[in-house]
Amino acid sequence: MTLIVKTITRYTVGLILLFGIYIVLHGHLTPGGGFAGGVIVALSFVHLMLAFGRETAIKKMSEKAAGILEGLGAIMFLLIAFMGLTTGYFFYNFFRRVDTTETLVEYIGRPFALFSAGIIPLCNIAICLKVGAGLFAIFVALTFLKMNGDAAGDGEKK
Amino acid sequence: MLQIQILIVFMIIAAVIAVESVDLLGAVVSVGAVGLGLSIAFLFLQAPDLAIVQLVVEILSLIILIRAVGIKNGASAVRERRFIGTSAVVICLGIFLIFAYKSLLEIPRFGSPIIGVAGRYLMQSLKETGAANVVTSIILDYRALDTLGEATVLFTAVIGVLAVVRKIGRKSKE
Repeated sequence: MTLIVKTITRYTVGLILLFGIYIVLHGHLTPGGGFAGGVIVALSFVHLMLAFGRETAIKKMSEKAAGILEGLGAIMFLLIAFMGLTTGYFFYNFFRRVDTTETLVEYIGRPFALFSAGIIPLCNIAICLKVGAGLFAIFVALTFLKMNGDAAGDGEKK
Repeated sequence: MLQIQILIVFMIIAAVIAVESVDLLGAVVSVGAVGLGLSIAFLFLQAPDLAIVQLVVEILSLIILIRAVGIKNGASAVRERRFIGTSAVVICLGIFLIFAYKSLLEIPRFGSPIIGVAGRYLMQSLKETGAANVVTSIILDYRALDTLGEATVLFTAVIGVLAVVRKIGRKSKE
């Protein structure tokens, strides 16, 4: 790409990544969540790849690392679900604190605080890892396929 | 509701352009316009979660279609007009619209659902899950198994794409 695109990208790519992380971490307070934030995180890497080419983006996150992160997200999500079985049922919100003075059930942290709502932020982070890494892996694989296809086409023409 | 009707007309026009356009790149951009119109419609319907997801996924799919799949600025394949096929589609669509009109008269008005569980979610979700965002509290607490299924679908899709376009085991053409 041209110098203008590269210069602007150098400033914006970090902001896009930061915005994705914000959307994920505040998923239980503001609109958004793991899926949207994960796609925004993936878009920041795609942005880097479009502006600086394939090698720079691969240096930041290789295809293998994306695959590992995706598996990690999926396992983390399942693990959170299974950890609910220790105190209740599948997907039980196990960060629960029972207040003895009242019959009401309360949670660690207060409403509208960042560290609240039990397992929901953890699930958001797991989904973000899964979605972001998975979509970036798809993008890398498809661009590689296109490059291969172009090379094969050129070979046939010659 | 006027804004949504204007948006729907815009989206229908963009979809017709996407189908009828000869230029492939223009058709893809028109598909993107349909998605962006849908995102704004979600905002007017007061569903910002859906609007964010729709906007972001639309951008990503547009980038993948243009950049990764490699649609160049070229003409699409030649389409022939077939009278029998087109008329069959029109007849089926007419039957569908007749029954859709009859059944859509029966559904409850917008904003007054007959299923009472939504009201309970709105009342109790903050107390029961601690999440201020009701949508998140539903998809990650009350309906977390659905989210697990959706995550599995996405995982399977990613694995499928990576398996189909992998470079190991691909035979080179000679």
